[in-house]
Amino acid sequence: MTTPRTGGAGWLSWRAVALVLGALVMLFPLYWMLVTAFSDTGTLTSGPLRLWPQHPTLEAFRRAFGLLPFGRFFVNSAAIALVAMALSVTLNLLAGYVLAKYRFRGRQAVFVLILSTLMIPVQVVMVPQFQLVAGLGWVDSYWSVIVPRAAEAFGIFLCRQFMLGIPDEVLEAARIDGAGHLRVFWSVVLPMSRPLIAVLVILTFMYRWNEFAWPLIVLNDQSLFTVPIGLAFLQGQYGTDYPALMGMALLSTLPIVAVFAFFQRQFVEGVARSGLR
Amino acid sequence: MTAAAQTAVTTLPTPSTPARRRRRGAGRDALAAWGLLTPNLLLFGVFLLLPLAATFWLSLYRSSGFGPREFVGTGNYRELAGDGTFWRSALNTAVYAGITVPVSLVLGLGVALAMNRPLRGRGFLRAVYYLPYVISGVVVAVAGRYVFNENVGIVNRLLRAVGLPGVAWQSEAVPAMTALVLISVWTKVGFAMVVYLAALQNVPKEYLEAASTDGANRWQQLRHIVVPLLRPTTVFLVVLGVIESFQVFDVVYVLTGGGPGNATEMLVTYAYAEGFDARRQGYAAAIGVLTYLVVLVLTALWWRRQKAQEAAQ
Repeated sequence: MTTPRTGGAGWLSWRAVALVLGALVMLFPLYWMLVTAFSDTGTLTSGPLRLWPQHPTLEAFRRAFGLLPFGRFFVNSAAIALVAMALSVTLNLLAGYVLAKYRFRGRQAVFVLILSTLMIPVQVVMVPQFQLVAGLGWVDSYWSVIVPRAAEAFGIFLCRQFMLGIPDEVLEAARIDGAGHLRVFWSVVLPMSRPLIAVLVILTFMYRWNEFAWPLIVLNDQSLFTVPIGLAFLQGQYGTDYPALMGMALLSTLPIVAVFAFFQRQFVEGVARSGLR
Repeated sequence: MTAAAQTAVTTLPTPSTPARRRRRGAGRDALAAWGLLTPNLLLFGVFLLLPLAATFWLSLYRSSGFGPREFVGTGNYRELAGDGTFWRSALNTAVYAGITVPVSLVLGLGVALAMNRPLRGRGFLRAVYYLPYVISGVVVAVAGRYVFNENVGIVNRLLRAVGLPGVAWQSEAVPAMTALVLISVWTKVGFAMVVYLAALQNVPKEYLEAASTDGANRWQQLRHIVVPLLRPTTVFLVVLGVIESFQVFDVVYVLTGGGPGNATEMLVTYAYAEGFDARRQGYAAAIGVLTYLVVLVLTALWWRRQKAQEAAQ
């Protein structure tokens, strides 16, 4: 390290090696799931350890779809996640906009109240929540999964932080041109919030697609099960069919990875600008 | 006031709109604001705050969900005081939070620092580190059960392949908690990394350059410049991490079911088991109330300490 330049280069190679090694550790469990999903059960559990599939086969996927109606589970999960995401993102954006850009008495109190709901462990209030949903006659319907989680504090927090960065002058100008509240929101605020919307879409889709405990309680009819419930069932009933389990586990992750890959570029900008720092 | 709220309130500029204050129709603005907030407030009120209030109320009763409930006052809480499983799950939750949060933050910061310079394949590497965070708790647990299986799991097979004995990940208490922590850290590093990466964009390069011309080495730069500048981010991540850790459910429920014995039972999984399996809803509500209060107090304390340190500087 005689000059900053060579010091930087030494650091670069050291850093690259460490990053790649770390990445391999991060990827290995997923790689092993993949190997398992394409293997047949016998070669996995006996014989010498091999780190790649001996005779790649799709048998595990065929088996899993035969054991439980996973096709149905995927449709259910997709329907719930998409509707819930659209609803949550809309509500998040509205609340974030109001909390960032309107001045009114009680604004700070409302913001703190909303944030404080983050501290409520959802499983802890599930008994009264369930009674409430049951009282509304929503058990075994998608609404029981979608509506109670539609308002979501973390998304509102992100929206507020991001929208604080939108200049007041821009909104003021639109107002002077005679635009109403929703009009300003729709045609000025939303177009400026694309990276934010990317973050919200990714995170909300992820939360809803991955959600487990609450759907497990309110959905009893197997034809309504979501993918995580189906997986937990598969685990419970065919816990040693590792290829089938890993196959379904990986398959259930693909939609999120796809959504993330699609929005990835905007995601980082959105995180940076929404005050997550 | 919650710490997360405080962070948000104080670390970011609040909008100053002198123009709007002078404008006529401020009353109409307030009306519109409340109107636009109503759907959110209604949903929070009905589906979260009402059940929270009901949980406090229910914790004073003995109830199975069927038939009449019986008022027991502080009975549930007094029973909890002598309940070994409750104390064990409280200890487990504290251990889990106390290890996963700092470890995933330090690793996340390390990865972020290493990635905060031009590097070929940076986008791909970033995605790799972030990937486990987007995977569902159920998938993580199902995979974890397999990877850490004592007989056929890859971890033990690799250990045996290099001549080491396998570890009793599933049948012994400490290894089971270790596996749970390892799996959780695997999922959380990427999130800390992304947030720290975003925060590092705000650390002026001149600070680092000035420091290195003054002869400060990289470790000193890191300790005395970068880490203090990242403090608000760290506060945010710690608060969020602790809240998340106290709410950990899916992974534990599917990975260990709280076992072996109650070695990995958490406050929330215990509350769930009491409420929905044992159908002791009042008792479960009491566990829930205490969990909620602990999180509330912890975040408040952390926040006050943080404030005091900032004031001292």
